[in-house]
Amino acid sequence: MALSSLTWRAAIVTLALFVAFLIAWHFATQGLAPTQQMDPEYAKLMGATATQGKSAMPGPLDVGTRLWEHICHPFYDNGPNDKGIGIQLAFSIARVLTGYLIAVAVAVPIGFLIGMSQLMSRALDPFVQVLKPISPLAWMPLALYTIRDSSISSIFVIFICSLWPMLINTAFGVTSVRREWLNVAKTLEVGTLRRAFTIILPAAAPTILTGMRISIGIAWLVIVAAEMLVGGTGIGYFVWNEWNNLSITNVIIAILFIGLVGMILDQLLARATRLVTFPE
Amino acid sequence: MARKFISIEGIAKRFPVAGGGTSTVFQDLWLSMQCGEFTCIIGHSGCGKTTALNILAGLDEPSAGTVIVDNQAIEGPSLDRAVIFQTHALLPWRTVMGNVVYAVSSKWRNWKVPRVRERAQKFIDLVGLTGAESKRPAELSGGMKQRVGIARALSIDPKIMLMDEPFSALDALTRGTLQDEVRRICQETGQTVFMITHDVDEAIYLADKIVLMTNGPNALLAEIVENPLPKDRARTEVHKHPLYYVVRNHIIDFLVSRSKTFAGENRGRHDPRNITVVRPGLGEHVLAAESNVRRLGGHAASH
Repeated sequence: MALSSLTWRAAIVTLALFVAFLIAWHFATQGLAPTQQMDPEYAKLMGATATQGKSAMPGPLDVGTRLWEHICHPFYDNGPNDKGIGIQLAFSIARVLTGYLIAVAVAVPIGFLIGMSQLMSRALDPFVQVLKPISPLAWMPLALYTIRDSSISSIFVIFICSLWPMLINTAFGVTSVRREWLNVAKTLEVGTLRRAFTIILPAAAPTILTGMRISIGIAWLVIVAAEMLVGGTGIGYFVWNEWNNLSITNVIIAILFIGLVGMILDQLLARATRLVTFPE
Repeated sequence: MARKFISIEGIAKRFPVAGGGTSTVFQDLWLSMQCGEFTCIIGHSGCGKTTALNILAGLDEPSAGTVIVDNQAIEGPSLDRAVIFQTHALLPWRTVMGNVVYAVSSKWRNWKVPRVRERAQKFIDLVGLTGAESKRPAELSGGMKQRVGIARALSIDPKIMLMDEPFSALDALTRGTLQDEVRRICQETGQTVFMITHDVDEAIYLADKIVLMTNGPNALLAEIVENPLPKDRARTEVHKHPLYYVVRNHIIDFLVSRSKTFAGENRGRHDPRNITVVRPGLGEHVLAAESNVRRLGGHAASH
């Protein structure tokens, strides 16, 4: 009862804050700037900001109207520079998932290797330490030059940025498997491969999944920047294209969708982490 | 029947210490156990009991010496030697059934699932956990967890059971019940058991032989106390036996004082290959009594 009343109270505060924000936004963009008298012909060229004191920043009503249009027609396609926001998001999500899944396939086995072998741990450590702090976008020119395909280059950038958190978390999870569980496997004469799958993997799974959750977050951050650079399709390109169109409304809508999709991706991984977490 | 089943032959454990040199936990340790015998080892913390047990289990390697089990020198861990860990070491992501099944299927890799489960069920029933098969370790009490550990160890039909203070984390009531269970199971199955304990009463109730270990470093096996109590002793009656306190006092005396002084007093006289066997309250107790007198005499003379 106490919990549900807390939930309700929190929801009310959230709603109140949101409404307050919308009201503040509405009045902030009403436009009280001084207007100048000018020639009507010249006024046509100058636009509403100069002639009526209207702010270039759209208000919540403008954004709401446009948002509804986007929600009603998310997948329209009027040529290269005019695609529905759903299509753009789909492109971005597809790139993120491709790069991310390749990174999972690479990072988890290598993380296991590093975690299980002291030799490999020491041998690979310098590479990991140097490569980890490199901004993923710094790889972009190199990727564009070698791959010669902008879409695959952005997938590569996603791959390289999702790799490290998963690699490091997997290695950490594998090395910190409790000695007593490994001893159980030893006294039962369990072989290396079976030990890896029946003891180490389930024991390290929560840590590995946490690494995967960090990675998907970073990948979603990076895809926007990567698509701004390579252009063509994707939500990052959409943001940049609408900036060039001076459509602040669409930029705001894109920001909103980027946040929502990022939240959904994060929640999916959080759900998966909960599935493999065991109580002790 | 009275053959040397387990023979610890001159094992030593040394660790390198910071700043060069080595620290010797114990060295030249000799001990043999017979098939079906229940041996307890008692000594203060840090004397190397757990290290010795881990060597016996094959989880640790001795710096010198060997352990021979059933005429074969051991090389690493084996399904013949089941370990019951102090912390029960259950796999928390598996159920009770899953934990026992894991052991059974490790021993008999080509068994089909129903056969594996049937055997696991048998041992879950044996330790009195019928009905809790699908629970996870986190849902079990400490005593139930250790029962699963015992079921898991027994299910692989080991030649030896090695127990590292299996009941030390349990409350007194649960400990008593589990001691009864272990004693019943060991008598029914004729298990050979090597157990570490800190609890003198537990040792007297369970063990046929109680090995006393002096304080580390350089710990020695001081003597072997043969339990003079009848084989069919019951936990509720055992402390009323006339010899009970003779044995108990002997062991307590050792732990309180002699474990510290034994090495110094018996330098040159202690033969690690031929440890004094003491039967408190019976004929051989005289041996120990004599050495007590000698010790006291020597002590008095020095004043």
